[in-house]
Amino acid sequence: MTISSGALMQASFWKAAAMIATIVISSSTGEVLTAAAMKSIGDLDEIRAKSGLGGAIKAVVTSPLFMGGIFFMAVAFFSLLFALNHMNLSLVGPAAASLTLVTNTVAAQLFLHEKVDRRRWTAAMLVCVGVYFLAH
Amino acid sequence: MRNKSEGGALRPPFFSFAGKDAAAERMAHHRLSFNQYLLLTFVSVSVPLGDASLSRGMRSLPPVSPAHPVSLIGAVFTPWIALGIALLIGYFASYLTALSWADLTFVMPATALGNVFVALLAHYWLREDISWMRWMGIALITIGVAFVAHGPANTTPPLDGVASAAVEELDAKEAGR
Repeated sequence: MTISSGALMQASFWKAAAMIATIVISSSTGEVLTAAAMKSIGDLDEIRAKSGLGGAIKAVVTSPLFMGGIFFMAVAFFSLLFALNHMNLSLVGPAAASLTLVTNTVAAQLFLHEKVDRRRWTAAMLVCVGVYFLAH
Repeated sequence: MRNKSEGGALRPPFFSFAGKDAAAERMAHHRLSFNQYLLLTFVSVSVPLGDASLSRGMRSLPPVSPAHPVSLIGAVFTPWIALGIALLIGYFASYLTALSWADLTFVMPATALGNVFVALLAHYWLREDISWMRWMGIALITIGVAFVAHGPANTTPPLDGVASAAVEELDAKEAGR
């Protein structure tokens, strides 16, 4: 049984898309969990002023949300390494960075209740396209 | 207290939509201090500087064989790599601090200026050529950062948490003295 080159190209396209999607989803989950942890902890400058640097570090590392965020960031990092083993940095880098910006914005609005108005959407889109251009 | 709402009741927990409008209204005019802008600048520049230090350090070392990955441990103690690691640790601490008083959707675009910083450094210091597409990217990121910087930094309230409880405990101890 022979496989046509078109089918092979389609398969590699979906493989590349799956690898980039894994990086983007795990990275966004990590960043949103970390941001949720920091919001739940409160202003670190105030905590450091009250209970010192040790108190601030303890507050961060004992947060389950923070540890969850670190776990997903680690998944994103190893997914990136895996993707770089199969694809060029010039494709993975800008694609992952730009798409993560968009998914982070959507996730922040949905889960962190951030007020993402037209100004922030415009900024996110401009930076997203800008990062893509800069990497080429 | 940071983890109490104006009425004295506890704030809604994470993933709850209750009370978000009031919270957004309360935080909509939160503006940053000079030190907070300074911290955001550090977040922006520490990653490119850290990456550049790591790259410089790794290039000055003999090739590391995949068969002997342990030799990478020694690399950690060379000056450029140690500097890179220190900068990246500083970045992560600053990034977490920024997220404690600003929204993720504010910090992300605001710190994207680091990409512009790297490109300009490469052009003016390393004499690298920058294509018109890259100049376009620099312009778009700069405009994006200007857009977000003119808005409020935080539109959500801090939620209940361990540290807030710790601060409350300290307050209670101080009040009891």
